[in-house]
Formats: sequence, C-alpha cells, structure tokens
Amino acid sequence: MSKAEAVRAHQFDDSGQQHEASWIGMWVFLATEIMFFGGMFMGYILYRSLYPAAFANASNHLDVWLGGINTAVLICSSFTMASAVHSAAAGKRRTLVSCLLLTMALGLVFLGIKFSEYYVKFVEHLVPGISFVYEQRFAGPAEIFFSFYFAMTGMHALHMIIGIGLLTYLVVNSLRGRFSPSYHTPVEMIGLYWHFVDIVWIFLFPLLYLVGRHL
Amino acid sequence: MNGQPVARREHYLNVSYGVKSWLFTTDHKRIAWLYLVSVTFFFFIGGLFATLIRLELLTPQGDLVQAETYNKLFTMHGVTMIFFFLIPSIPAVLGNFLIPMMIGARDLAFPRLNLASWYIYILGGLFTLAAAAAGGVDTGWTFYTPYSSIYSNTNVALTVVGVFITGFSSILTGLNFVVTIHKMRAPGMTWFRLPLFVWSHYATSIIFILGTPVLAISLALVAVERLLNLGIFDPARGGDPLLFQHLFWFYSHPAVYIMILPGMGVISELIPCFSRKRVFGYEFVAFSSVAIAVIGFLVWGHHMFVSGQSVYAGMVFSLLSFLVAIPSAIKVFNWTATLYKGSISYDAPMLYALGFIGLFTIGGLTGLFLATLGIDIHVHDTYFVIAHFHYIMVGSAVMAYLGGIHFWWPKMTGRMYSEGWARLAALIIFIGFNLTFFPQFVLGYLGMPRRYHVYPPEFQVLNVMSSAGASILAVGYVLPLVYMIWSLRYGAVAGKNPWRATGLEWETPSPPPTDNFEVTPLVTEEAYAYDAIEPEAAYAGRPAHV
Repeated sequence: MSKAEAVRAHQFDDSGQQHEASWIGMWVFLATEIMFFGGMFMGYILYRSLYPAAFANASNHLDVWLGGINTAVLICSSFTMASAVHSAAAGKRRTLVSCLLLTMALGLVFLGIKFSEYYVKFVEHLVPGISFVYEQRFAGPAEIFFSFYFAMTGMHALHMIIGIGLLTYLVVNSLRGRFSPSYHTPVEMIGLYWHFVDIVWIFLFPLLYLVGRHL
Repeated sequence: MNGQPVARREHYLNVSYGVKSWLFTTDHKRIAWLYLVSVTFFFFIGGLFATLIRLELLTPQGDLVQAETYNKLFTMHGVTMIFFFLIPSIPAVLGNFLIPMMIGARDLAFPRLNLASWYIYILGGLFTLAAAAAGGVDTGWTFYTPYSSIYSNTNVALTVVGVFITGFSSILTGLNFVVTIHKMRAPGMTWFRLPLFVWSHYATSIIFILGTPVLAISLALVAVERLLNLGIFDPARGGDPLLFQHLFWFYSHPAVYIMILPGMGVISELIPCFSRKRVFGYEFVAFSSVAIAVIGFLVWGHHMFVSGQSVYAGMVFSLLSFLVAIPSAIKVFNWTATLYKGSISYDAPMLYALGFIGLFTIGGLTGLFLATLGIDIHVHDTYFVIAHFHYIMVGSAVMAYLGGIHFWWPKMTGRMYSEGWARLAALIIFIGFNLTFFPQFVLGYLGMPRRYHVYPPEFQVLNVMSSAGASILAVGYVLPLVYMIWSLRYGAVAGKNPWRATGLEWETPSPPPTDNFEVTPLVTEEAYAYDAIEPEAAYAGRPAHV
C-alpha cells in the first residue's frame, strides 16, 4: 500500500490527477470555511462599529496573557504540522509520527487553556443568557460582545476538536505505514486544514482580546 | 445498439441488485437516482402544503384553517420546496448524472463524498420532517429574527438545524462539481467545448460554495440564540434585527440563481437539439452564467428596501439588481436566436423549453419592477412578489427540471416514455401554471398582501381562478409520475441516442455502463455541432420512439 498507484481510485487516470483533485478540493473547502466564519466576523464588525466603547470595555475582561500564550501554542503547532508534512514527503515515518503527536499535544494544550478561560467567565458571570451581570451602561452591548466571544471561539474550538480527531486518524495510518514520499495526500490536506484553523485564531485573538488595550 | 434488447448487456442498473447495492453505491448515476426519488418525495410533500394553502384561499374567510396553521403551512411549503426540492433538484439529479458523462469522466472526483452528500441531505430532511410532525414552524421560510430567535413558539430550532445540515450537502456537491470540471475532463474537452449545462453547473457550484456557508452560520446563530439565549440578534440587548436579514439574503438571493442557473443549462441543451442548430453565441451564454453567479452575490439588499436599510444602499442594490438582468437577457436572446431558422420539432422536452422561455421572460421582467425602488414600495410583500418568484422558481426552474428529466430519461433508463402523454402533460402544466400565478400579479398589484389566510371579498374571483389553476397544475405534475414509472417497464427501448443529439453522454449506450464509457472518449469538436446534420435527414432518421 505504500505506492501511490495502489491507492488510486478508479475514476482517476493517474495518481497525479488524483493528487491535484484533492488539492483543489481542499482549497475549495477552505474557501467555504472562510465564508462560514465570515458571517460571524461580519456581525462582529457591525456591532463593534455600533458600540465601540462597550466592546473595548468588555474586551478588557478577557485575559490577554492566556490568549497570548494560546496564540504562541497554536503557532508552534502549525510549525510541528508543517514539519509533519515535510517528514511525510521525506519518508521519515518516525519523525512524522512524533510531529503529529506533538501537534495533537499542542492542540490539547490550547483547548485546555481555552476551557479554563470559559470556566473563569462562568464564575465571573460573563456567560450571556445564563447569568450575565455587567455594569449598567454597557450591559446590552457587552452581552453581545460575549455572545460573539463564545460563538466565535466556540466554533473555532469545535474545529480544533475535529482537527485533533483527524490527526488521530493520521497517526494511526502513519503507524500502519500507509504514507510514503509518493503518497501522503491526507497529511498534506489535514495540514492545510490545521493551518487554516490556526489562521482563524490569529484573527480572533486581536479582535477579541486586544480591542480594549489601547484605551 | 439501436433496437437491441437492453437486458442482455451489463449496465449501471443491472450490475448489482438489492437495497444495499443502492444505499452503499458510489456510482454518480445511482446517486442521481437516490436524489431523484427523494426530491420527488419532498416535491409532493411541499405540494401538499400548497394544496392546503390554495384550498383555504378559495374563500375570503378563514374556514379551513386558523391563522396559526396557515402560517405553518406557507412556512413548511417554502422550506420544503426551496431547501429540499428546488436547490437539489437539477444539480443533484441531472447534474450528478450528467456532468461526469458530459465531460467524458468515469465518475465525479470524490464519489464517496457524493454519497455522503445524499445522506447529509436525507438527515437534514428528517430533521425538517420531524419539525413538521411535531407541530410545524411558523416563521416563514426566511426565519427572520427576532421572531424566529425569541418569540415564535414553534419548532424553529429543529427546522433550522435541518436546513443547516442540508446546506452541507449543497456545499459538498458544489465542491465535487468544481473539482470534477477542473480535473476530470477527457482529452480534448477544453473549456470552450464544454456543454453549456456544465458551464451553468460550474457557476451554480460557485454559489453553493461561497453562499451556503453564510446561510449555515446565520441559521446556526439563530439556533444557539434560541437554545442558549445568546444575544446576537436580540434588539432588547442592542442587537440589529437587520443583520440577520443581510446574512440570510446574502445566501438566499444567490440561492435563487442556484435554482435557475441549472435550469438555464438544461434549456441550453434542449434548444439546440430540437432546433438542429449550433447554439447562438456559445461564449456569451457560457459567460453569462458566470456573470449571473458573480453579480447575483451583489444584489441581496433589494429584499430590504422597506426594512430600514439606508436609502443610498437601496439605490446601489437597485442598480445592481438591474445589472443582473443583462446576462439573463443575453441567454433569452441567444436561445431565441438559436431558434431562428432552426428546424424545430415539438417533442415534449422542447415544449418544456419553450414554456420556460416564455415564463422566465415574464418572471424576469417583473423582477425588474421589483428592483425599482418606487414600484417595490407599492408591491412589496404582496402577491405580486409571490407571482414573480413563482414564475422563476416554478414556471422556469420546474419546467426546466421536467424538460431535462424527459430529455435524459432515455439515457437514464434506456426506455422512452409515452410521447403523447408527455406533450399533454407539458401543455397542462403550462396552462395550469399561468392560471395559478398570473391572477396573483393582479392581486398583488391591487394590494393583497402575502401570508394572510383571509382577504377582502372583492379579491375572491382572482383567488378562485388561482386555486382552479393549482388543481390543473397538480394534475400536470402527477401525470409524468405515472407515465414515467409506466415507461420503466413498458416503454420502447430507446437506443443510445434517440434525439440524435450531440454530446458525449449520447455516445455511450443507454443505460450507460458503470464506468460510463468503454474507452475514454477523445473530443475533437465543439459542443452543439448540429450544423453537420441535414435538417430533413435528421428528422427522418429520428426513430418515432415507438
């Protein structure tokens, strides 16, 4: 199963065509993901321009250090993911597996920090809809801010969880020796997905955590 | 191949039998059948709701249903027809079946993803049916907030989750088509040799890919706002009610082009074939599909002319909405120019195609009325709007769908349907449709608002005409179901090319083998090379499909 031709599906003429098809398919999928997150970014932009003071005020309730650490963690995980793709292309199976495991570990660290942040928000009564308490003059818009905070970071965390599931699939298959220098398309595709999820966070971090910093 | 018994040869229908061989198939042709059966099911469910609506509107009083029930009826009619019939109809049935064959491929690029799309569609459909069974939903198919997110006491969450899920079926189908059209074309099949059906599906796929995710996230936000009481659209907390409308129509106006573009693709195949002529201005028809998809993304604001949107935004959206009429008009003019001096035969698919051109022209021109700011304020939310979009979605899209099903039925099944009955059905549908919806233009112009189950007595005559037309239309829709099923067993054997049409799908036996072609075809000429056939010879050579 290590040869690319062995995994060619019947509808393709050669493995090159199959590889290019996967490549286009993944980029098209990422385009749909951009539009998916784009709807929330659009709503965020609207409300931030409507209520700039409330958004800045509410943003100061987020822990910029934890957010910053998480940003660093994700950037590192993108590096280990890129190394995983590189080692798959070079045929280094052991490096591939350890890079994938490292990526998963960093993803789990991110999620751990994220959920501890959620817990703190719950304790501080900053979860909209359940028990939201805020100073009177910003109460409504701040609740909108935290609705976006939970919707956007929640959707991002969901993508991270799916990503970790996909990485598990990659680890299992690399241990079985399914990937080779001539065929490692799944590693490349899931790598693209992982980088995409990281980039979403790169936008979320300043929009949510840093809006209030300059005040 | 002509006249040989079909059963002897192995093809995609007889290669394996049993429920499992269908539910686990990855053959695009069989998946097309799965979709055909399921969209037909949803079409008749949606039609049932429409029947109840038209029955209630026979009299000015509310005597069949109460206002609450009526709200649920038109909501579920819209949701079922749009998300579960119109959007998947032509792309998922005919597109699935034909795109690989038209470009000379063995299958779509991702066959398992294609099957997964069908399961996703069915899962979404089950959610929506469950919502209907649990008592229905009353927000209108547009799910406007804050009514949908806070106030409605019906099964909004279940329905929007169903539509959300089904959206991913569209996204993945679009993705599959785009990759297939880019990477799977046979040797010699250049972009400008592609059938226009493929071009229009390419344009449709772009909308699937870029529009549907926005609907998905908007509906997801409505669902979480409803279930977890987040405050994204809630005016009480400072939320902007117009935000949802912008996000919703950013998808849902392009969705109108999802419904009509594939139909235009079908018509672009039918007109040249039954006029025995090369399509007039191929490149213009091809690029007008792309232009409709692109401009279609910039016109959504014309749904909010009276919703408190800025008047300047309204002016820009009005102008852009006029612009989208240009590529649509290019298509109509090019089809009629194709007819000019053609050797036209009035087979059933052609009757649907001609009906399409007429109804689409009326639907499109009344769309220009609605794009005009001043007139829109007069007819906004009246039956004029209802009539306009039914001329596009039913008059045009369903006509094209039926025309396409008739045209490619011999390819899909290897059998001919009864031509006489098919012509009769086409005629009945055309008459029934116009009788149903033309009076609604008048009603709307006179000021009858949409979404009410009672109306002033002076509107009764027009409403009775409309309901009478609906019953004729219903007969027209049931007829094909009967004679098509009949033809599966008793229809004449079709042969590989009963219409003497051009196109790769006609060069392979009917029904096609599992891999579509015995050898990968080599394409050496443009699509629609009909000039080569002498008109009289073509007509004489065509089997009288007996």
